[in-house]
Amino acid sequence: MSDMKAEQQYIDLFTRYEDLIRRHASDVQNAPRTQALADLERLGFPSVKSEDYKYTDVAQAFAPDYGLNINRLDIPVNPYDVFRCDVPNLSTSLYFVVNDTFCDKMLPKSHLPEGVYAGGMRIFMEKYPEVASRYYGKAALTAKDGIIALNTMLAQDGFVVYVPEGVVVERPIQLVNIFRSDVDMMANRRILVIMEARSEAKLLVCDHSIDDVKFLATQVVEIFAGEGAFFDYYDLEESSVSTTRFASVHVKQESGSNVLVNGITLNNGLTRNNYYIELNGEQAETTLCGMSILDKEQQLDTYSHITHAVSDCTSNELFKNVLDDHAVGVFSGRILVKEGAQKTAAYQTNRNLCATREARMYSKPQLEIYADDVKCSHGMTTGQLDENALFYMQSRGISRDEARMLLSVAFTSDVIGYVRLDALKDRLHKLVEKRFRGELARCAGCRICK
Amino acid sequence: MLEIKNLHANVNGKEILKGINLSVKAGEVHAIMGPNGSGKSTLSSVLVGNPAFEVTEGEVIFNGKNLLDLEPEDRSREGLFLSFQYPVEIPGVSMVNFMRAALNEHRKYKGQEPVSATDFLKLMREKRAIVELDNKLASRSVNEGFSGGEKKRNEIFQMAMLEPKLAILDETDSGLDIDALRIVASGVNRLRTPENAAIVITHYQRLLDYIKPDVVHVLYKGRIVKTAGPELALELEEKGYDWIKKEMGDE
Repeated sequence: MSDMKAEQQYIDLFTRYEDLIRRHASDVQNAPRTQALADLERLGFPSVKSEDYKYTDVAQAFAPDYGLNINRLDIPVNPYDVFRCDVPNLSTSLYFVVNDTFCDKMLPKSHLPEGVYAGGMRIFMEKYPEVASRYYGKAALTAKDGIIALNTMLAQDGFVVYVPEGVVVERPIQLVNIFRSDVDMMANRRILVIMEARSEAKLLVCDHSIDDVKFLATQVVEIFAGEGAFFDYYDLEESSVSTTRFASVHVKQESGSNVLVNGITLNNGLTRNNYYIELNGEQAETTLCGMSILDKEQQLDTYSHITHAVSDCTSNELFKNVLDDHAVGVFSGRILVKEGAQKTAAYQTNRNLCATREARMYSKPQLEIYADDVKCSHGMTTGQLDENALFYMQSRGISRDEARMLLSVAFTSDVIGYVRLDALKDRLHKLVEKRFRGELARCAGCRICK
Repeated sequence: MLEIKNLHANVNGKEILKGINLSVKAGEVHAIMGPNGSGKSTLSSVLVGNPAFEVTEGEVIFNGKNLLDLEPEDRSREGLFLSFQYPVEIPGVSMVNFMRAALNEHRKYKGQEPVSATDFLKLMREKRAIVELDNKLASRSVNEGFSGGEKKRNEIFQMAMLEPKLAILDETDSGLDIDALRIVASGVNRLRTPENAAIVITHYQRLLDYIKPDVVHVLYKGRIVKTAGPELALELEEKGYDWIKKEMGDE
């Protein structure tokens, strides 16, 4: 057993239950499974010996025996019982995924414009197989990454946002991912976002874990932004110390499109976030940012890869981490400016605060530039809170702890500043403050902590 | 109100204060003058508890309490205030949040409820007027992008908000043009009451034309070598510090 590769148990599982897995999923989602299996067998999981996974032991994370809900049994939970969206003045079209099953019993009264789809992946694929098969698995390639291969091999459902040409969705769409189980559980989640030309939408995804068992999530998000489309993706992780998450977000942008990806980790166990952004059309603009507050033994490993494939595109990247106790942060940011991608503007910043001597931050910017008329910059700093500022605040009567909190909140405020929904921005500022005060032990959404 | 006895202090192992004795009573304004490097700023830093300075001997009693035993924040809550020579910029922390946090910590210390949002904004508006501080500055990050004069006015604004019993103005006049100096000085004068006191640390007589001191001290080589009435400041302005140095037998 000990010699067995970590991926083997999943390959065996798939081989044994392939019929069952296929029976409970759509044809479009079933189509790439065989190839995904072959890719997983060939690639295996990324090894800690590879440069990009040096600090995150994938094999170890996948080694435990997790349960999977292949039979798509109903999970006894009413999402509204455990989750109340408490963002005041933010009215969203709210959907739930429990573990990796879309909750089709509790749909919002539809406020979506005509032709727009937001909801379960299986339903979407059965309804619009042509559209779905044109996009599903076309940004997240199983041939490139063992974890994507595993997710593609096992995923049976997911969430889809589809906005037809020229349609503007005013009301933000919110998806709440809930982990709920009495035994250790694995979920393979998928999100597919198709934004046709000149369409606009905003998606807020919140991750919550409500039980203390071990959870493992693989999460593959594919976003296609057509010409002139505007799309915001907010990913708010408020899980638990016993939750492990491997997420990858793949964005493909056409000309003139504008995409914002903002990943906020307020609570987690071990998280690996991969971001792949491709700017494939001129004048496309992307903002990729994120922040985390990590303490105890929490770890966040952020990997980003932005490709400027054509000229006149802009990318702005900003990641900030606050690390306390024995927390570990990793940032690896690659920007590739291809030959001919002239007039590229690409900016990357990574700033980190280490509150203790034991906290660790590993940061590695990588710029690869094959064009000669570009504006690119990168900057990285890791340090402590400014002692002069702390003393100045103390001298005004503010306690050292309160001063530290104010400075920490200030440190992360520019990442929240990128949020293009005022109500969510206000709420995030408050959540971050609560988190720094230690009042956000778990998550703000679930009943348990209220 | 303030009683300093035989205060010695080091910075980086070097003794800067070599036995300061000073007594300040309610209602008084004391000026401390002296050449560069005499220990003026060290004295103010030690009084507010800057951790870079180490007290090696002596005691400081402030309103009956042993000041040197208190954390910097408690010194402030007890009514001590320093207008910094070099106010610190705090990007990302708005003046409003900063001031509200400070004011509420003071109130908590006195057993009072936090100030309501409307009362707080009213208070801000009122106190801002004293130093003619622009509303725009009050809504920005603390001291960030403020000009030299704006930073000093902001110090006096904070003083007005916190209503200290003893204010130490550390070279508040440095870097100020004559208009800003007048605004700052008139702000300080408006905040004077028979119950509070101030120590004005300055290199030049100029500020003392606007803030009239009751007592003038000369600090030299870590000791107070001369104490007299306001006329001493004029004498120093006229003769320069060389006169003191000569009198001390240094030149």
